[in-house]
Amino acid sequence: MIPQAFAYRRASSVAEAIAILQEDSGAKLLAGGHSLLPLMKMRLANPATLVDISGVKELRGIQRVGDEMVIGALTTHAEVAKHPLIRTHLPALAEAAARIGDLQVRNRGTIGGNLAHADPSSDLPAVAIAYDARLTVMGPAGRDVLAAEDFFLGPMVTALPDGQVISSVAVPIPASNTRSAYVKCPHPASGYAVVGVAAAVAVSADGTVEHARISVTGAADCAYRARQVEEALVGKTASLETVHEAAQYAAEDGWIGSDVYASEEYRRHLCCVYTKRVLQKVLL
Amino acid sequence: MSTVFGQVVKRREDPRFITGRGQYTDDVQLPGMLYAAILRSPHAHARIVSLDVEGAKRVPGVVAIYTGRDLAEPMGTVPTAWIPPESSLKTPPHHALAVDKVRYVGDGVAMVVADSRYAARDALDLISVQYEVLPAVVNQVEAMRDGAPVLHEEAPDNVAFHWQIGNVTDEVFNQAEVVVRHTIRQQRLVPNPMEPRASVAQYNPATGELTVWVTSQNPHIHRFILSGILGIPEHRLRVVATDVGGGFGAKIAVYPDEALVAFAAMDLGRPVKWTEDRREHFLATTHGRDHVEELELAGTRDGRIQAIRVRAYANMGAYLSTAAPGVPTILFGLIVPGPYTIPYVGVDVYGVFTNTTPTDAYRGAGRPEATYLLERMVDLYAREIRMDPVEVRRRNLIPADEFPYHTPTGLEYDSGNYHLALSRALDMADYDGFRRKQQELRAQGRHVGVGVTTYVEICGLGPSQVAGAVGFQGGLWESSTVRVHPTGKVTVFTGSSPHGQGEETTFAQIVADKLGVPVEDVEVVHGDTARISMGWGTYGSRTTPVAGSALAVALDRVLEKARRIAAHMLEVSTEDVECADGQFYAKGAPSRSVSFQDVALQAHMAWNLPQGVEPSLEAQAFYDPANFTYSFGTHICMVEVDTDTGDVRIDRYIAVDDCGRVINPMIAEGQVHGGIVQGIGQALWEGAVYDEQGQLVTGTLMDYAMPKARFFPNFETAFTETPSPHNPLGVKGIGETGTIAATPTVVNAVLDALAPFGVREIQMPLTPERVWRSIQEGGQRS
Ligand SMILES: Cc1cc2nc3c(=O)[nH]c(=O)nc-3n(C[C@H](O)[C@H](O)[C@H](O)COP(=O)(O)OP(=O)(O)OC[C@H]3O[C@@H](n4cnc5c(N)ncnc54)[C@H](O)[C@@H]3O)c2cc1C
Repeated sequence: MIPQAFAYRRASSVAEAIAILQEDSGAKLLAGGHSLLPLMKMRLANPATLVDISGVKELRGIQRVGDEMVIGALTTHAEVAKHPLIRTHLPALAEAAARIGDLQVRNRGTIGGNLAHADPSSDLPAVAIAYDARLTVMGPAGRDVLAAEDFFLGPMVTALPDGQVISSVAVPIPASNTRSAYVKCPHPASGYAVVGVAAAVAVSADGTVEHARISVTGAADCAYRARQVEEALVGKTASLETVHEAAQYAAEDGWIGSDVYASEEYRRHLCCVYTKRVLQKVLL
Repeated sequence: MSTVFGQVVKRREDPRFITGRGQYTDDVQLPGMLYAAILRSPHAHARIVSLDVEGAKRVPGVVAIYTGRDLAEPMGTVPTAWIPPESSLKTPPHHALAVDKVRYVGDGVAMVVADSRYAARDALDLISVQYEVLPAVVNQVEAMRDGAPVLHEEAPDNVAFHWQIGNVTDEVFNQAEVVVRHTIRQQRLVPNPMEPRASVAQYNPATGELTVWVTSQNPHIHRFILSGILGIPEHRLRVVATDVGGGFGAKIAVYPDEALVAFAAMDLGRPVKWTEDRREHFLATTHGRDHVEELELAGTRDGRIQAIRVRAYANMGAYLSTAAPGVPTILFGLIVPGPYTIPYVGVDVYGVFTNTTPTDAYRGAGRPEATYLLERMVDLYAREIRMDPVEVRRRNLIPADEFPYHTPTGLEYDSGNYHLALSRALDMADYDGFRRKQQELRAQGRHVGVGVTTYVEICGLGPSQVAGAVGFQGGLWESSTVRVHPTGKVTVFTGSSPHGQGEETTFAQIVADKLGVPVEDVEVVHGDTARISMGWGTYGSRTTPVAGSALAVALDRVLEKARRIAAHMLEVSTEDVECADGQFYAKGAPSRSVSFQDVALQAHMAWNLPQGVEPSLEAQAFYDPANFTYSFGTHICMVEVDTDTGDVRIDRYIAVDDCGRVINPMIAEGQVHGGIVQGIGQALWEGAVYDEQGQLVTGTLMDYAMPKARFFPNFETAFTETPSPHNPLGVKGIGETGTIAATPTVVNAVLDALAPFGVREIQMPLTPERVWRSIQEGGQRS
């Protein structure tokens, strides 16, 4: 578990990081290092150069900007989990961040690194999709905004173009009649999600589900939006029957996989159980 | 007398461990040191067609590269040191590096020595090996079938040994009122001590002396065996293993790796270090368990067990590791009847070669396997005759007045009060109350269950005569030297080799108790063959009963001499001297006293010693125990199963253990806690899984689930104390009891919870998916 030799460069600004990525095709960004370094130690990733962005101040911090919470890419899971505004407005994000790995991982790992890495078992992708988050990315040609929903393409594959840096994640603050939550079945070894489900659901005054965004992580090749669950909810009365009926479809929108720990059949089942549980939390 | 025996004294070793000041093998830094890395086979079974090291040699910093062919001649093979008699044991050669063929993923192929760890590791990638991949077999039952791939030509049917014991006949089963049959599998486990294995070797060409630092539970055994592999005389070989970060059996074995490192150090004339990484630990350090067992129990309708018959297939891996053959035979078969008065027992064990990492002792070693199958069978029997499983146990436990008790497998249990431990545990658990509540909860659709294990463990390994009779290639006695310094401070040299268990504290308590000196005045030295005359190490719950007893005998000798000197100083006869709290008194005149320290000083000054008494105050003892000791107890666990997901939650865990007299309740409790955690690890989470090609698919800590503190409630522990009658301290062993008892306790609790679904078996580890499936399938069946 010793990595290959690599060059180490420290970027002091996003522009500098982008410039290094452009001139060195073997370079990779290093944020908290909690996904990249384990891969390097196993020699599954062998970047020629690491560009350490952990000192880039413009990538840090959590702010409310209008109706959005804007979270700098370098914000750690621990900072996200304890931030008062996030806990108030985006409880599913706070819950998910608080349950990532262990204390050390939460103190080092970053939201930008987590989303960029796109581990299919990561917690944050589900929450980002359910909250309809937008990723601000910067590259040689300037700034761009990508929807979380379109960002995750496969295991460790994202829509982030080569050589670009995620600078922040903007999450719209849900309307006041929206309730949101994240529930997770953790893998007993890694703590990653075997299945994790995030839900943000708005209910009108008469008890009808007005709006629902549900996302599932861990079960499939990447986090996905459970559209059929959403469709089964919207327009229905928020009731136990509705929850049970809708949760049946939780596995329908993803490519559910098998591994040594959990088979496809069981994962599909867990998708339904955990979707039921998260919906009970937000609806009943 | 002082009361330090039986008191909580904080572990004296901990400050150095928890502040990073321990001196582990990897902490050894020597001038001019080189670093070794070992190329390991990526295939489970393959012929080495060609091996080219030229590219690797060009990596800057590489000093030497060795292959199996280079070393086959100068180095001896790695031996097996336990040869059970009448078992037709095969010992195919185990070369330090594979010569023609690799037999498991992780088998050593070449060693690079370089001036940095990085260079050594980089060079591994540049060694090009051409393999002809052969079919592999990872399952022991399949390996015995006709046409299975053959690992060693010496064992064409892959059977490494076949061992039997017992007195059972078919007759007993034919006439039995009730026969329960079952097959279970006890999965393979990866020991994962916090400290991985490591070795450093330094050779002095001027004196011909070789020093080897190694992560060992038994440095003298390491010296004995390494001297054979390397051809170095024992008196020129020093093995040091002072601070060792856990072993759980995996650091008993002598591995090829430390022999390779030592060879390179001698060959190159420079110190060489090797430290395994966690990935390497998964592949190249011995694994534990891995049995398939076909079981039959015969009993009466009213709950009397008459016979138990076991046919076990033990997966030995690709080679027979140091103690491996003793684990599924002697340490397993003899204890199969457990704490019960079972008149007929039959055990039939096949040890089988497969293309997997070699297995060997793992905390409990054989005894957890025996206890697991027995306790599972007792519960199935109870279910069959519709009797409460506790009642079945009550009817079969050996009564307290039948000790010493002789088992049909030839053991003599020294002492016990099994019913007392059971009733204490039942009280703590409020067993009857739980059974009532279980009914209520079931009516509400909640599934709680309770598991009760009554167990007995062979501890205190063991009488050397017996060791010889059962084929262990060594003695099992222990040495102890007590050296009193002129100021009355004491250094103890023990042949056992604690690696986290706390004997630096408990042994100091034994000294303080006997000599009346403060615990702080005692230093306990272990783990260095240059400082300790001889010893057989720490495993088999033997350290306190055997090495502790050696210490007690040596202390008596010191005390005897001190008393003679004190008598001389007090001008009374030796019989008229009394001794308490570190003071020697003239009988009837307590104002006339000399302290232990005064005596120590006089012993060393030697200005005025009694006639015939030699100067100094030091004694040595070599203690060979008269028998094993037998710890026992009852563990109870309560669980709730989430039938939607199959998740198991442990609600309560109660342990009543009896390890004879308890020296330090906190340390004993700590051993029980760790043992329980490890035992439940096997029940619920841990499992080394190989695919058909022999790749270890749970080969990192990201997919092999070690137990974590947050998975557990607080454990409720208690001790009963039934002294061992045959050792001077009355002690037994506590290091393995938790592991032995916890696994069946938890599994039986889960099966009890799922009884309404008709579930009889769930393969360990009881992952949520397996539990959930068993409910689906059981539900369909019933
Ligand atoms: C023991 C352990 C347990 C864990 N458990 C969990 C868990 O339960 N749930 C969970 O979700 N995660 C878990 N993780 C992963 C953890 O959350 C990581 O911190 C996270 O996935 C990656 O963040 P990082 O800052 O460490 O990224 P790094 O490891 O530094 O980088 C990861 C990847 O993202 C790229 N990258 C980093 N920052 C940016 C950026 N701003 N823009 C573009 N690309 C970037 C890097 O180049 C690299 O390819 C665990 C990790 C460990 C070691």
